[in-house]
Amino acid sequence: MVLIQGPEEFLAARAVQHYRARLRSIRPDLERTLLDASTYSAGELQNAVSPSLFGEPKLIEVGSLATMNDAFLVDALEYVSAPDPDVAVVLLHGGGVRGKKLLDAIKASGAPLVECHPLKRDSDKADFAAAEFRRAERRIEPAALRSLIAAVGSSLADLSAACSQLIADTVGPISVEIVDKYYAGRVEATAFRVADAAVSGNTSAALSALRYALATGVDPVPLVATLAMKVRTLARVFSAHGSSTAIAKDLGMQAWQIDQARRDMAGWSAAGLARAITVLAQADAEVKGAAKDPVYAVEHAVTVIARAARSRTR
Amino acid sequence: MSVWTDLQGQEPVVEQLRRAATVSTPNHAWLITGPPGSGRSNAAIAFAAALVCEREELAARGCGVCHACHTVLAGTHADVTFIATEKTTIAIDEARALVNKAQDSPSSARWRIIIVGDADRMTERTTNVLLKAIEEPPPRTIWILCAPSPADVLVTIRSRCRTLTLRVPPVADVAALLIRRDGVDPAMAEYAARTAQSHVGIARRLATDEGARERRNEIVRIPLKLRDVTEAVRAAAALVDAATAEANSSNTERDATERERLLRSLGAPESGPLPAALRGQVKALEEDQKRRAKRSITDTLDRALTDLTSFYRDVLLIQLAAVGAGSATTETLARVELVNRELASNLVEFANQSSAEDTLVRMDAIATVRRRVTKTNVAPLLALEAMAVSLLADRPD
Ligand SMILES: [Zn+2]
Repeated sequence: MVLIQGPEEFLAARAVQHYRARLRSIRPDLERTLLDASTYSAGELQNAVSPSLFGEPKLIEVGSLATMNDAFLVDALEYVSAPDPDVAVVLLHGGGVRGKKLLDAIKASGAPLVECHPLKRDSDKADFAAAEFRRAERRIEPAALRSLIAAVGSSLADLSAACSQLIADTVGPISVEIVDKYYAGRVEATAFRVADAAVSGNTSAALSALRYALATGVDPVPLVATLAMKVRTLARVFSAHGSSTAIAKDLGMQAWQIDQARRDMAGWSAAGLARAITVLAQADAEVKGAAKDPVYAVEHAVTVIARAARSRTR
Repeated sequence: MSVWTDLQGQEPVVEQLRRAATVSTPNHAWLITGPPGSGRSNAAIAFAAALVCEREELAARGCGVCHACHTVLAGTHADVTFIATEKTTIAIDEARALVNKAQDSPSSARWRIIIVGDADRMTERTTNVLLKAIEEPPPRTIWILCAPSPADVLVTIRSRCRTLTLRVPPVADVAALLIRRDGVDPAMAEYAARTAQSHVGIARRLATDEGARERRNEIVRIPLKLRDVTEAVRAAAALVDAATAEANSSNTERDATERERLLRSLGAPESGPLPAALRGQVKALEEDQKRRAKRSITDTLDRALTDLTSFYRDVLLIQLAAVGAGSATTETLARVELVNRELASNLVEFANQSSAEDTLVRMDAIATVRRRVTKTNVAPLLALEAMAVSLLADRPD
């Protein structure tokens, strides 16, 4: 039994993959079962762990423990008290206090725990990327590493994909020139950085990311579109009730996107969202020709959004 | 039965066109304006038929039964050209082709007639191509331009034309047309004409297509459901999705047919890759279809916003009729002509919960987004989200 805990989905997914691959290398006939703890119905876990007809080894992966229902909590507690040593069970908990009793019981049982915390500091991200290159026996110059983190560091999944791409596409030491050729001014990366800073209420970071984006030649139109997408998700989730999984299904999104939106929503108010949407629609019209100064239009929108992100009164 | 029959409710303009068709030298350029659905193109085509009608006695011109009338109405008369665009604008090449055609004398009829159905959908450059030809047409050529209002056509063109303006036909006339021409049941005809606000084409669709009625019902009820910002952005998404789905359903089949027809006319092989020489033409068709799809989404949204406005229009009328009475009651209703009569009690309740000023601000918000969506290149979803937010009952400000 393994517990993978923490909100960084990319690391969690990688841990599961790693674990699965190791089991498969020992037993290629591994039989894999997927369960969802938020939509679980009583007895599913017992069914899954019971021996199969031909005695294949079993791997059971259970997701969404952060929003587990009571039926799962009951069954899982029972299982933890007497786990089957011949069955591998991987439990994914995205963080939070839901099912604390179960988490404590699992930890007390001595099962290994993999913690997946988001990498917040650039130095942690740099360590992560450096490890990726080391594993492939490749060298990257320190300045190139910094440049890479600046371009695609906002998401660990993006960063990892970028490392793989550089490893596969280039030979020899990786220089700043190579990184810039691949990722400098990458529209999505820079636009997302502006949007992330703005919706979290960080005006100065948002404005400096915006200036950097504009200076590297990013067109204001996709910038406004990215900001709108981010604010739209917040507005869609703002007064929605129910589990992240249910809302995600309703909106055709992923549960982690809903969780992300709920975290981003902390400082927002309904009035702030309304103001943000209004100013974005105005900016969209302006960057598409209605205004003499499209840069000012985007700057104004970013400022209004960052202020709206701190509009909730407590 | 004549070519004028279906222009019910437009008697003053019909009278002028009928007379003009019988004089020996009619004005050589006409501009027919009127709100969408008032029958601008129909009036232009009827006028063209009357101009080339084969009947000798002047009073019978536009008989609707002779060979000339028949072919004009069917769109196959050699001397009558009709151009309208399903794209956002008329292409400059199309305008040049028209100008060339205008130089030819008529092959069989008294006149060569060129009708531009969307004179408002031209860039200034395209308009200038037409200007010269309209200023000095050959003696036997007559131009008929159509546009929503004179202001939609460049003043240089407008000043060369004789302008006639169609009115919004009375609801009763549109209903009568649906009953007579399309065999619609009288109660349904009244409902359709009223809720289409006298737009003849829309009224016909509402009367004959249950899906269209359901979509309209959903739209006019939006204001009753808007309670918070989450519902506002979801309502905006639903509007855009519905418009896209409606536009796609009408285009997909036609796109495929056109492509097939083009490939056949080019002699393309039945299977395998397309020869390089043909790719350009197929690509041009695809570009045209893309532009058409965009316009049909825009048009559908425009219509949805018109329906949405009708809710607030009704609310405003109730609020104004109730001035001095404290609050609106069912008695107030006797003094107003509602578009959405089916929602009368909801409308009264809504009217009492806000002021006429609020209603005007909301109508203004819809007008702004209509202008942005139809005249500029903004992202429709974002524009509609901003509108929906500004319609919220409890302005969160
Ligand atoms: Zn005739």
